Amino acid sequence: MELARAHNLWVPFITLLLAFMLSALPLPESVQWGWPEWVLVVFLYWVIALPHRFGLGWAFILGLLLDLLQGNHLGINALAMVSVTFFAILMYRRLRMYRVWQQAFMVTLLVALHQMVSYWAQGIGSDASSGLWFLLPALTSGLLWLWLFVVLRGIRRAFKVA
Amino acid sequence: MKKFITYGVICLVLIVADYQFQQMQQIRAWMSLAVTPVQWLVDVPQRSWTWLGERLQVRDELIAENKQLRAQALLAERRVQKLASLTVENFRLRDLLNSGERLDEKVMVSELIGTNSDPFVHQIIINNGFDSNVFVGQPVLDATGVMGQVTSTSAFTSRVLLITDADHAIPVQVNRNGLRSVAYGRGHYDYLELEDLADTADIEVGDILVSSGLGLRFPKGYPVAEVIEVRHLAGQDFAKVLAKPTAQLSRSRHLLLIETAHQQTAAASGGE
Repeated sequence: MELARAHNLWVPFITLLLAFMLSALPLPESVQWGWPEWVLVVFLYWVIALPHRFGLGWAFILGLLLDLLQGNHLGINALAMVSVTFFAILMYRRLRMYRVWQQAFMVTLLVALHQMVSYWAQGIGSDASSGLWFLLPALTSGLLWLWLFVVLRGIRRAFKVA
Repeated sequence: MKKFITYGVICLVLIVADYQFQQMQQIRAWMSLAVTPVQWLVDVPQRSWTWLGERLQVRDELIAENKQLRAQALLAERRVQKLASLTVENFRLRDLLNSGERLDEKVMVSELIGTNSDPFVHQIIINNGFDSNVFVGQPVLDATGVMGQVTSTSAFTSRVLLITDADHAIPVQVNRNGLRSVAYGRGHYDYLELEDLADTADIEVGDILVSSGLGLRFPKGYPVAEVIEVRHLAGQDFAKVLAKPTAQLSRSRHLLLIETAHQQTAAASGGE
């Protein structure tokens, strides 16, 4: 009986797989600059919704996978994901109380933190061109949250993920 | 908090190790297998779209395309005929000069299956890995010019760093007069920069830059870029020269992997 109910944990992983695919889509350069951090935003939703299931360990593993997918040096995305998840876990209770647009604002800040950590970690070894454009995905991720939050909440309720 | 610090330290150690140690490349290659399915899945819509398009194409269009391709093939064949005689002539002349340089390299056709989503990194993913003898450092071309080189391989996919990436440089020479230089990527798809040419160097807009073969990584004589701007700056010893890559860096889907003899031996002995 316990297994039959089984918390439906495959659902979050399917959404994360979709997020991985979206983040690996080949895109024109202009769109790439503003492409949201799909994996991070989806993962943040599950951290806030189910903090007892998704924590730093999963953040680390997903970050590593993202590094492999993007051909980054191993650990860059992992470090960024772990730091963001740490803050998300600290304030998930507060985040749940917020309205959606307030959450979107916090998500923007968290993704901006992710961008800064990974940009900084990448900067150790290479000299890419600078500018503040690398923060653009934070804004689009915040906007994405407004829609994605509703969708993922619907999915979570429909499948009774716990 | 303690967990956070532990994971943070693991990440930092990984990053440093990845920058420092060659062995990490092997580990990465195997770990990359975990994300290969995602890369394949992402390519599925494109592939099925092409498949569908091929099946649904109207007969007239096919006939027209067929005609056009025939005409193209004819033209290409004529050129190849001429090339054959030229190659033979070249071999003979090289024999005369006692030079051991080989002219044709072995070529493998590969297909693009993904790009890097990070706009700071000009990188593409192709559908061949060390399973089909792709090696790190292998030069990659498309039909019109040099694209880049393989920087990491896993079993079934490889990553190719494009010549426009900010971390890439390729030795070139001007086709017209043999002037040597190095073309640096600047992180923009539309130009490379030559920064070590003296202000008085003989280079003009429209000059074709070909790979010079120095540095033993890229084979000699393939087109790399066309000069689009020569800027003489007052008070500077060096001219600023910009060149547009001839390869279709953001469009080509079919790529050629070149094997050069000395490179294979270099790869076999683990040399960089």
